[in-house]
Amino acid sequence: MDISSLNAYHLDVLKEVGNIGAGNAATALAKLLDKKVDMKVPQIKIMGFSEISEVLGGAETPVVGILLGVLGDITGYILFVLEQNAAASLVNILMGKSVDEKLEYNEISLSALKEVGNILTGAYLSALSALTGLHIKPDIPALAIDMAGAIISVPAIEVGKNSDSVLYIKTEFVQGTDSVIGDFFLVPDAESYFRLLNTLGAY
Amino acid sequence: MTENTIKVGMADLKHTPHPGTLVTLGLGSCVGIALYDRRTKIIGLAHIMLPWSHQAKNNANKAKFADTGIRLLLENMIESGASKRNITAKLAGGAQMFSFSSNLDTLRIGQRNVEAVKEILQGLGIPIISEDTGGNFGRTIEFYSNDGRLMIKTIGHGIHYI
Repeated sequence: MDISSLNAYHLDVLKEVGNIGAGNAATALAKLLDKKVDMKVPQIKIMGFSEISEVLGGAETPVVGILLGVLGDITGYILFVLEQNAAASLVNILMGKSVDEKLEYNEISLSALKEVGNILTGAYLSALSALTGLHIKPDIPALAIDMAGAIISVPAIEVGKNSDSVLYIKTEFVQGTDSVIGDFFLVPDAESYFRLLNTLGAY
Repeated sequence: MTENTIKVGMADLKHTPHPGTLVTLGLGSCVGIALYDRRTKIIGLAHIMLPWSHQAKNNANKAKFADTGIRLLLENMIESGASKRNITAKLAGGAQMFSFSSNLDTLRIGQRNVEAVKEILQGLGIPIISEDTGGNFGRTIEFYSNDGRLMIKTIGHGIHYI
C-alpha cells in the first residue's frame, strides 16, 4: 500500500485539495503582502523521488526549503520549496523593497521566509483537513538553503521506508507582473498513508 | 573529468572500469560510499538513503539501504575483476539539513546512515581511508578511477578532495 496506488477518483479529490489549498494560500499571501494575489490552476502529481530534483531544476540547483512536521490525525512532513529568485521576490515585496533586489539571507529575511512557508503550507493543510474531516496541523517550520537534492533527501528518506512516491503540488502565484512558483511535497508517514487513503475512499 | 562519466542517482549504485568517473549530485542526509580497487582501478559508488533494509517495509531496491547496497556494489565490482583485499572506501554525506527544535528521530538520519555504513564496512573488512560526513550542508561528489580521489563540492563550504 502506498500513495502510488491512488486511482483517478482519488487524484481528483487531491486535485480539489490542491485547488482549495492554493486558493487559501493566495488569499493568505495577499493578506501578508497587502497586495492582490492571483494564482494559476495548480498542478498535482504523484511523483517518484528520483524525479523530484528534476522538477526543481536539477539536484545541484540552490533552493530554499521549508520543512514542517505535520501533526494530528495525519503525521509526516510537508516540504515547501522556492527557487532562490522566487524567495527573493517574496521577501522583497514583504519588506517593501524593489522585487529585483538581491536577497540577503539574514535573521529578518529568513524568519520572513519561514513565515511565508508556514502560512502557505497551513493553507494547504486546512484544505486537506476540510475535505477529509481529519484533524491536521503544521508544526514549527525549519529552513535550509542548499542544493535541491540535499533538501529533498530529508523527506525522500522518510518516504523511502514505505514507498517511492510523494504527492507533489506546484502552485504559481501571480502578483501584478511577477509570478512566484511554490512547490509543495506532502509526505505522510506509514500509518498516515493508510488513514489518508482510507478517508479518500481508497479502501 | 574523463569521457566516461556515469551519474549515480538517489538510491542507486554504479561501478566502472578504469578510466571512469562516478558522480552523484546533491547528497544531503544520504551517504555516498566510494569503493576503490587500487590494483585494477575499478571504482564503485553507492548513494544510500537508509541504514538497514530489514527496518523498511519496502526493501525491493537494494541500493536504497546501506547493508544491501554496499554488499551488492562489492559483488558487482568483484564480478568485474576487483578483489576485496585491494578495496578501500571513502565516505561523504550524512548531513543534517534541517535543525528542528522537536526531536524527531528521522532528522538524525544522516548520522545513523554514517554509523551503519561504518559498521557494515568494518564487518566486510574494508578499510575506510577518508571521509567528509556530517555538517548541515549538501555535497556533490566526483570519484576518479585514475587515483581514487573523491572530489567534494558544496555551496558555501568550498571544493576539496579526500
